[in-house]
Amino acid sequence: MIDTTFGAALTLGQFTLGQFTLGQGDLPAPMSGITLYHYLFTASTMFVLGLIGFLTRRNLIVMFLSTELMFQAAGIALIAFGRFHMNQTGDAFVIFVLTVAAAEAALALALIVLLFRRKETLDGQAWASMKG
Amino acid sequence: MTDFLPTLLTLASEPVAAQVGPVGFAALKEVSLSAPLAAWLIPGLPMLGAVLAVLMAIGGVKSKLPAWTTVLCLAGSFAVTLWLYLQMRDAGAAYTTVKLFDWISFDYLPGKAFVANFSLYIDQLTCLWMLFVTGLAACIALYASEYMSHDVGPGYCRFFFAFCLFVFSMACLVMGDNLLLLYLGWEGVGLCSYLLIGYFYAKPSAVAAAKKAFIINRIGDLGLALGIMLTFVHFGTIQFAELLPKVEQYVALATSGNLAAVPASVQWIAVLFTLAAFGKSAQLPLYVWLPDAMEGPTPVSALIHAATMVTAGVYLVARTMPLFQCGAVTVPPDAWVLPGLVVPALDIVVWGGALTALLAATIGMAQFDIKRIMAYSTVSQLGFMFVGVGLASSYAGAFHVFTHAFFKATLFLSCGAVMHGFGGQLDLRKLSGVMWMKGWLVVGLAMLVGCLNLAGFPFTAGFFSKDVILAEAFSNPHQRVVAWILLVTAGLTAYYTFRVFFRVFLGPKSFEPGDEAHGHNDAHGHDDRAHDGAGHGHGAKGEHGAKGEHGAKGEHGAGEKGAHGAHDQAFQPHAPGWAINLVLAVLAIGSLVAAYAYPTKWVKGLVEKSSAAAVDLTGSAAHAPATLLGMDPHEIMYYVSAGVGAVGILVAFFLHYLGRKTAATSRADAINLGALQRGAQHKWYVDEFYDATVRVPLKVLAHVLHFLDKVLVDGLVNLAGLLPRGLGMSLRPSQGGELHGYALAMACGIAVLALVALFSLV
Repeated sequence: MIDTTFGAALTLGQFTLGQFTLGQGDLPAPMSGITLYHYLFTASTMFVLGLIGFLTRRNLIVMFLSTELMFQAAGIALIAFGRFHMNQTGDAFVIFVLTVAAAEAALALALIVLLFRRKETLDGQAWASMKG
Repeated sequence: MTDFLPTLLTLASEPVAAQVGPVGFAALKEVSLSAPLAAWLIPGLPMLGAVLAVLMAIGGVKSKLPAWTTVLCLAGSFAVTLWLYLQMRDAGAAYTTVKLFDWISFDYLPGKAFVANFSLYIDQLTCLWMLFVTGLAACIALYASEYMSHDVGPGYCRFFFAFCLFVFSMACLVMGDNLLLLYLGWEGVGLCSYLLIGYFYAKPSAVAAAKKAFIINRIGDLGLALGIMLTFVHFGTIQFAELLPKVEQYVALATSGNLAAVPASVQWIAVLFTLAAFGKSAQLPLYVWLPDAMEGPTPVSALIHAATMVTAGVYLVARTMPLFQCGAVTVPPDAWVLPGLVVPALDIVVWGGALTALLAATIGMAQFDIKRIMAYSTVSQLGFMFVGVGLASSYAGAFHVFTHAFFKATLFLSCGAVMHGFGGQLDLRKLSGVMWMKGWLVVGLAMLVGCLNLAGFPFTAGFFSKDVILAEAFSNPHQRVVAWILLVTAGLTAYYTFRVFFRVFLGPKSFEPGDEAHGHNDAHGHDDRAHDGAGHGHGAKGEHGAKGEHGAKGEHGAGEKGAHGAHDQAFQPHAPGWAINLVLAVLAIGSLVAAYAYPTKWVKGLVEKSSAAAVDLTGSAAHAPATLLGMDPHEIMYYVSAGVGAVGILVAFFLHYLGRKTAATSRADAINLGALQRGAQHKWYVDEFYDATVRVPLKVLAHVLHFLDKVLVDGLVNLAGLLPRGLGMSLRPSQGGELHGYALAMACGIAVLALVALFSLV
């Protein structure tokens, strides 16, 4: 998972910075046939994996980790679209999303700490008594 | 004296409806009184009496003061009525209106308005009616002061409040200038009748009787309300002074034989008023409330159900006589049953009255409760009155109303005195020889006078008034059957009247005390009437004042000295006191004096100078009047009815006086008419018939509707209440408390959105 993220960031960096260094205004030639769909496929795979992780894991921190993965997948998709449309709208939005994700991480971890203190466990099932 | 009889007979030979010149409203001129607003004292004083009674009830008065104020107010009202009569007498054929204030004046279109003011319409008919209403009310209030004396306290005040309110309502009814004020009075007397019949509200039978009276009256009131509305719709006014001239055009049509040409909306007014009159005046089919109304105290029976309220129906017919003359039930010519049939409203009145008279007389012959017998005789005599007015002779009906008021009040008050003195005993099988008991002579004589009047003994007032009706009936060639029905009824009347008299007042002295001898089963539970054995506080003891005559003082308000000892031995009947005896004497003498109204033609003059005078529909000039036994009915009627009456009295004498040794048996017991007798005793099962045809279906309908209401209406409402809850219950499982469950739900939501987005793009 970390590899994929890193690989995605690498790809991302190659595209954006490579554009400036080469000084070309038009779309560079695809490297070995990588199209938009590859990125979207990557992003959706990451999203689904994150989703499955969120649904199936019982550990609160791992559940949160999965949500972070979903965030990153959305970020990749946004960047890919931004590159596709040749503007920075996607990049700008990703900056915001990452910021919010970070803030939310702080909050969520604080809440998990409090929840842990109540039940001495990180199991999500411990809170099933709150049913309507 | 010898020349008195020929004078009577020659006067009698003059046919009643020989009128020249304009009749009805056209003959009246408007006059004004010297002090018009004083006429408003006639309803005003009773209203004052009612207010005083209420104040006394609130103030907790425990003496007979309400009675004295009532008597004073009613006597004052009678005095004002006398003044009014004297004023109007000099005016002749005239009327006057006296407005107190504008009550309803509603302009609904330019030039059209609904006007009903609090004003009085006074003509000779009004004066006649109010004279006996107020006079009798004052006398009966005096009687009631003693009769109700066991009930002093809030009950006494309540009684006199309702009594005064009744007289006020009756005054509004009789003197009202428009149909709406008449309706107000009509409803008011119905209300007071309910209040007074149900005076002993702790007795279930009294409460049931009060409800029955009110509900059956209501059926008639529907007819009155619809009639008034129809009158307004067609004529645009409900004030008599404006209405009656407008009806004249239709009366002309009707009397010329063209009744079918009168518009239907006018024809139906009279028919609806007939329903109202039959309800209020207890005729077929709405008479069943009157016998039950005897549950009320006797003064109530005497005033309301003998003399005044029940004559309101007759008054309505007389007052709106022009409407009745052009009223009919017309079957349209294309109907599939009885096409083209025209039944004049007056015919309905006549037949209703005649059949009721006969029916009630047959029932009265077989009853044992003397007040019930008198009630049925009232119904029967009201039938006579309706036949009188129905023959387009308001004079006949009004004269009988006038005389009947006196003698029926006398009869009821005598029966009441018997009931009061014998502890509530009214069964004629348990009383005998009352007249010969000490202190009962006045009651007995009053009863005798009343019975002679009712039976139509020659030269009594009842004889003359009944004869006028019978003569009118026999003169009318179209109403032969009715005339014979009435004649037979007169004979039956004589029989059952004297059956009561011979059984209760003559014969061997014996009595059984009634249920109220040892304490009342009314709301107050006083047992002032309970008496000790020998030497009780009823004879010549000082505590009853200086008179000290045996049985003269009936007033127990001055403190019974604990006479609650052993009741079972020697119940002594207590003879009536001065108030009762005085009133009985006054009324008896009055009913004898009223006979003098016939040869002087006093009543005839009054009625025919009022709006109630009707054009003779048989047209005694158009075709010859019918004859009875080959002679003019007006001459021969005396002898015929005297003969019939004598037969009735003799039969009663033979069966109920001769050879009677005990109270319970008489020669009449040997006669067994089987089913006829049982039927009459059970009042021909009319109440049971109404029960089966009206009450039971209504009860079934009520149960069905109740069921529908519970299941459908309540069910729907409850369902509406259950819906939110159901919704909540169905959504509840989604809140399982499981974090992963929520997560799954969210994921499913996303999936659904994704699918939607996918398919909408594709």
